[in-house]
Order: sequence, then structure tokens, then C-alpha cells
Amino acid sequence: MAKILLEHVTKRFGELIAVNDVTLEVHDGEFVALLGPSGCGKTTTLRLIAGLEVPNAGRIQIGEREVTHLPPRERDVAMVFQDYALYPHMTLLDNIGYPLKVRGVGRREMVGRVTEVAQKLQIGDLLQRRPAQVSGGQQQRASVARALVHQAQVFLFDEPLSNLDAKLRLEARAFLKHLQREVGVTAVYVTHDQAEAMALADRIVVMNYGKIMQIGDPLQVYSRPANTFVASFMGNPPMNLLPCRVDLAAGKIIFDDDYMLDIAAHRERWSAAISNGPQFTLGIRPEHISISPTQLPGTIPSQVYAVQPLGGEWLVVTQVGRELVSVRLFQDEAPPLAETVWLRFDLARTFLYGSDGELLQ
Amino acid sequence: MQFGPLYVSDTEGYDVEKRPGIFSGKIGVAFLAPALVFVAIFLILPFFWIFYLSFTNRTLTGITAAHPEFVGLANYERLFDTDRWMRLGEFGNALWITARFVLGSAILGQAVVGLTIAWFFYRRKGFLRELVFTTAVLAWIIPEVVVAFAWSAFLDVDRGTLNTILAALGLGKPDWLFDHPLLSIIIFNTWRGSAFSILLFSSALETIPPSYVETADVVGASGWRKFRDIFFPLMRGHILTDLILITLWTFNVFTPFLLTGGGPRFKTELVSIYTYRTAFKFFEFGKGSAIAVVMMLINLTLAMGYLIMLRRQKVAS
Ligand SMILES: Nc1ncnc2c1ncn2[C@@H]1O[C@H](COP(=O)(O)OP(=O)(O)O)[C@@H](O)[C@H]1O
Ligand SMILES: [Mg+2]
Repeated sequence: MAKILLEHVTKRFGELIAVNDVTLEVHDGEFVALLGPSGCGKTTTLRLIAGLEVPNAGRIQIGEREVTHLPPRERDVAMVFQDYALYPHMTLLDNIGYPLKVRGVGRREMVGRVTEVAQKLQIGDLLQRRPAQVSGGQQQRASVARALVHQAQVFLFDEPLSNLDAKLRLEARAFLKHLQREVGVTAVYVTHDQAEAMALADRIVVMNYGKIMQIGDPLQVYSRPANTFVASFMGNPPMNLLPCRVDLAAGKIIFDDDYMLDIAAHRERWSAAISNGPQFTLGIRPEHISISPTQLPGTIPSQVYAVQPLGGEWLVVTQVGRELVSVRLFQDEAPPLAETVWLRFDLARTFLYGSDGELLQ
Repeated sequence: MQFGPLYVSDTEGYDVEKRPGIFSGKIGVAFLAPALVFVAIFLILPFFWIFYLSFTNRTLTGITAAHPEFVGLANYERLFDTDRWMRLGEFGNALWITARFVLGSAILGQAVVGLTIAWFFYRRKGFLRELVFTTAVLAWIIPEVVVAFAWSAFLDVDRGTLNTILAALGLGKPDWLFDHPLLSIIIFNTWRGSAFSILLFSSALETIPPSYVETADVVGASGWRKFRDIFFPLMRGHILTDLILITLWTFNVFTPFLLTGGGPRFKTELVSIYTYRTAFKFFEFGKGSAIAVVMMLINLTLAMGYLIMLRRQKVAS
């Protein structure tokens, strides 16, 4: 096991900058998730660590060794690919044992070690089958087993669960988490699924356009998104982001010219932010807005735009001027469509982002 | 296996599986008729005609031209006459030369060259790749007469390009077509036909997911090991197809005749050339037909062997 260090790593494909000045340290034994939308450079980052790509700039270190220009085989990493990359012409035994075979481990010992790992992953009695003869979940386990069997220093996972159906994915998630805690390996895990990243990782690295947007433990990233991108990416449904003006003297936040929130009580918290310019974005999570059927002080009016049952709760999308605001409603009944309802924002749990999208305060 | 919607699927309650194909109705037969007539006249009839001729002593001129006699297996006995058949200019000799020609130019030549080039350029782009591929394809599609002429010029003893280069390097001026005739036509045919193998193997390689190779890279497999453990098993079907097709083509190829005329002293007389000489130089149609029938049987055996192997391969994977 070893730590991984990326320092100012940049990777270009022609004009396109796939990974842009990424600096990241993954501690020994830590499980880090690279999270971001499709095309943001997660896979490329992983491949840079594996040595399948060579960076245009920056350096990469695994353990105490600089590996920036070393070929994959000299890096002692294990990688699980999105498509599992199991060889269709080999049995699971030979697939899982392949890294050992390449390293010149005898057949006898290979079979022993493969059997041991396979049993741990509950595919011990499938070893004589070919990949096409087992289920997707079992293939996924086999590819993890192949990564585990040669006890590499670093594990790299590229969206290993994205080809599984929803139920299997939850199972596999639990299984991976258990495994990681048990084996305690250093792992980098690529996913575009924020729930998966939250569930599995010790720390999450959120990426966009090849850049790191935020690094932090799952709760930090969720509860204090450093910019509007992270805010819009984390959580399901994601945070509401409303363009607004702030009139500090009057103690008001104004959206759409007509809708005002009284922030007099929070004036101090926001006074520092105001100097940053007139255009702001107010962020608030759907669970931090409450709905009232009648007008109360400090509420703003809105129309019910759509109602989605989530089972035990509702997602109510309301329209405030030109903006849509999602509200999570923990009630038995939801308001009917087109009804006017009043929203109360939990102002202590709002975030104000500047015109550059960065968190203020 | 399903390949997309061949049928419109809004035929409620209509068993699409049982719906007759367009060529199975009466109209279908009408559509197929011209093609079938064509095939019958130009392929099937000649086959039976040749089969019949091979049991006669028909010639182009003389009394046996108008009144051929039935001679039983005499033509075949002459072909396989064990006292003579390995002599120069006889059938056995031609078969033996053909065997070496096929082994050299198809299997060791085109297949190995094709695989090597395809493998070398695997997941590489650039000028060199384009150059090699374009040259190979050109060599493949240029008309034979042009190609033969170009090679005659290339191999000419005194003024040929090759010997000019060799002489400049102080390596002498061998008379290629005279001193190394078989080797010359083997190299010629390798050059001429490698494009098919290159293209087939390249596209076979393309179908292998990059992650297969990268998995092997990460665990540290060497190039040879990757080839043996991953590429070769996954390409086995393509290799088989390639081998049988180029074997059949090379077995029947006639182009070397344009370079060497089968000589010198029958050293490059392939079976196809031997057939030609028998049937159209000596006008022994009966014997020529017997050779054609034997060649057909050899081709058939090769093709059957291929089909059986391919089926086994499919069952195994
Ligand atoms: N080999 C390549 N050649 C050219 N462009 C590439 C290559 N690999 C990735 N890219 C581009 O780099 C960007 C990042 O890709 P990738 O790292 O695969 O994204 P992610 O895994 O986050 O979806 C994408 O725009 C992608 O099209
Ligand atoms: Mg990816």
C-alpha cells in the first residue's frame, strides 16, 4: 500500500485539455472518489495514475517513487475497467489468475490464491466457467478479484458499477465498501454517480472540465459546496440555485425584482460578501425550504409546478417568478398543481455564491 | 442473434418468425430466375461438362475432336502415373511446386506478413501506416498485366530497379527469374496479395476492446505474451478464414505465368499453368479436364476442412 501524489498534472489531447493542472494527494489506505459529469477527465486522471497515459506536464508519485514516465507494469497498480475486461476465451480461474501467471507464479500456487480470493468474493464455485456464463454482478466480482489477487499497492476503479442494474449496484456498493475497509488498500474510484461517491469514499474529488472543483469528505462536499458547480452536482435533487441581488441596507435579498427575503437578522454574515459585486447566486437545498398553504411573515409566494412522490415524501417543484424551486416535503399530502403556496427559506442554511460561482462568506 | 428490426414490427398478432422471406414466394422465384439461369449456364453446366470430358479423349483438332471416345479413367491414370508424375513438366511436379508456392507465399508470406504489419500498426496512426496500407492495397487491386510488367521491369537482370540497387551496393546482379524463379514468384505473390490479410487482421484487431490490452499492460504482460494469451485466441476465427481464403486463391492463381511462363524448365509450373499448358497448348481437353476435376476436388476438400474447423471454433467460443 502506498500514497499517491499528483502535482500540477496536465494532459492534453490535441486542443482539448482533458486534465488541467490537477494536484491531489491520496493518503495511504484511503479510498478517494473522482466524481464529475461525463467527459470531465476522471478516466484520464485514473489512466495517468495507471501509466496508460503520460502527462504533458506535472509529476506523479506512488509511494516514495516518482512514476511519471514509468510504464504501467512498473507502477504496481491494479485496475478494474468499466467493461470488466474479462477475457472471453478464458475461464474465471484463468482470468483472475492472469496477473499471477504473467508474474511467473506456478499453476498450483495460482489456483490456491485465486480460489482464496474468489471465495471471499463469493464466486468460488464459478471458477470453471467463462465470463459469458456468469451474471453481470459475478463478472464484476471476478474483475475485482483479478485486481485483488496480485496485491498491488494501489487500486484503480473506473466506474465499475455502472454496467449493473440498480439493485445489483446497491449490493455491489455495499460489498466494495466492506472489502475496502477489510483490505484497507489505497484506492481511487471513478464515478459520475454522486450517491455512489458519497456512499463509498473517504474523500471526494469533484471535477469539471478537467479541473478539481472541490476536495473534501463526503459530508463536507455535500453540506458546504465550494462553488455552484459542486452545489448543482451533489445531492438528488440538487441544490436550488437562484440568481439574486442583495440589498444590504434594506436587509433584503431580491430575486426577479419582485420577490424579497428579509435577511436583516443575517446581515452580519453577509456584509462581507456584498463588496464582491451585485450579481449573486443563492443556494439552498430542497430539504431546507418549507411550504405553507397560507401567507406567513418571511415567506414568498409561488405556484406549484410539478409534484413527484418519492415514497414517504414529496418533491414539490414550485415556480417563483421565472425560477423553479424544488422543495422536499415530508408530509402525507402534497399541494395540488397550480396552487399558490408560500415558501420559507431556512436562511441559516443558505449559501451565497459570487458572480464567479465561488462560495462567499 | 438479432440484427435490428428486419421486419416492421407493428404487425400485431403476426408471427414475424414464421413470415416467409421475400425470396420464398413465387414472385421471389421470378426475381431469382435470371441469376439462377446465369449460374446454371456459366458455372454448373461447365462443371458437368468438364466432368464428362475428363472421361474422354477429346482434343481440339483431329479425329477425336469430332468423335471423342470414352476412355474411362485413362486421363486420371496418366496424371497419377507414378513412374512419370514427378518428372519436370508433369502433374506431380506441378502439385509439388504449387504446394511450396502456397506454403511460401500464402501462409508464410501473406498471412505472416499481414499479421506482422497489422500487429505493428495496431492502434497507431500516421503517415507510415497510411503509406504501407495504401501501397499494399494498390498492389492488390492493380490489374495483373500491369503488375506483371512492373515486376518484370523491377527484376530485369541488367536494367532492373532491384539489380541497379544491388549493384550500387556492390552485391552483384543475380538473374532473379532464372536463378531463383520459385523464390521470385513467391515474393511477388506475397507482395501482390498481402493487402487482404493486412486489412482482415487489422479489422480483427480493432474489434478487440482496448481494455483487454490495457489490463494486460497493467499486470505487466510482454508483447509476445499479449499476442499469445489475448490477441491470438481472440483472432483465431479470422486467422482461420484468412488462411483458407488465401490458400484457395494462391492455389488457383495464374499471374506468375505472366512473369515466368512456368519456367525456366518448369521450375515455376504451378498446377494452374500446367492445366493451361495441357488444355490450351497441347489441346488435350480430356486430360485438361481431368486436371481441372482434381483441382476442384482439392479446393473442395480445403473448403470443407475450413468449414468444419470454423464450426468447431464457433462451438468452442
Ligand atoms: N485518447 C483520447 N483522445 C482524444 N480525446 C480523449 C481521449 N481520451 C479522452 N479524451 C477526451 O478527454 C476528455 C475527458 O475524457 P475522460 O477522462 O474519459 O472523461 P470521463 O471519464 O470523466 O468521462 C473527454 O472530452 C474525452 O473526449
Ligand atoms: Mg470515464
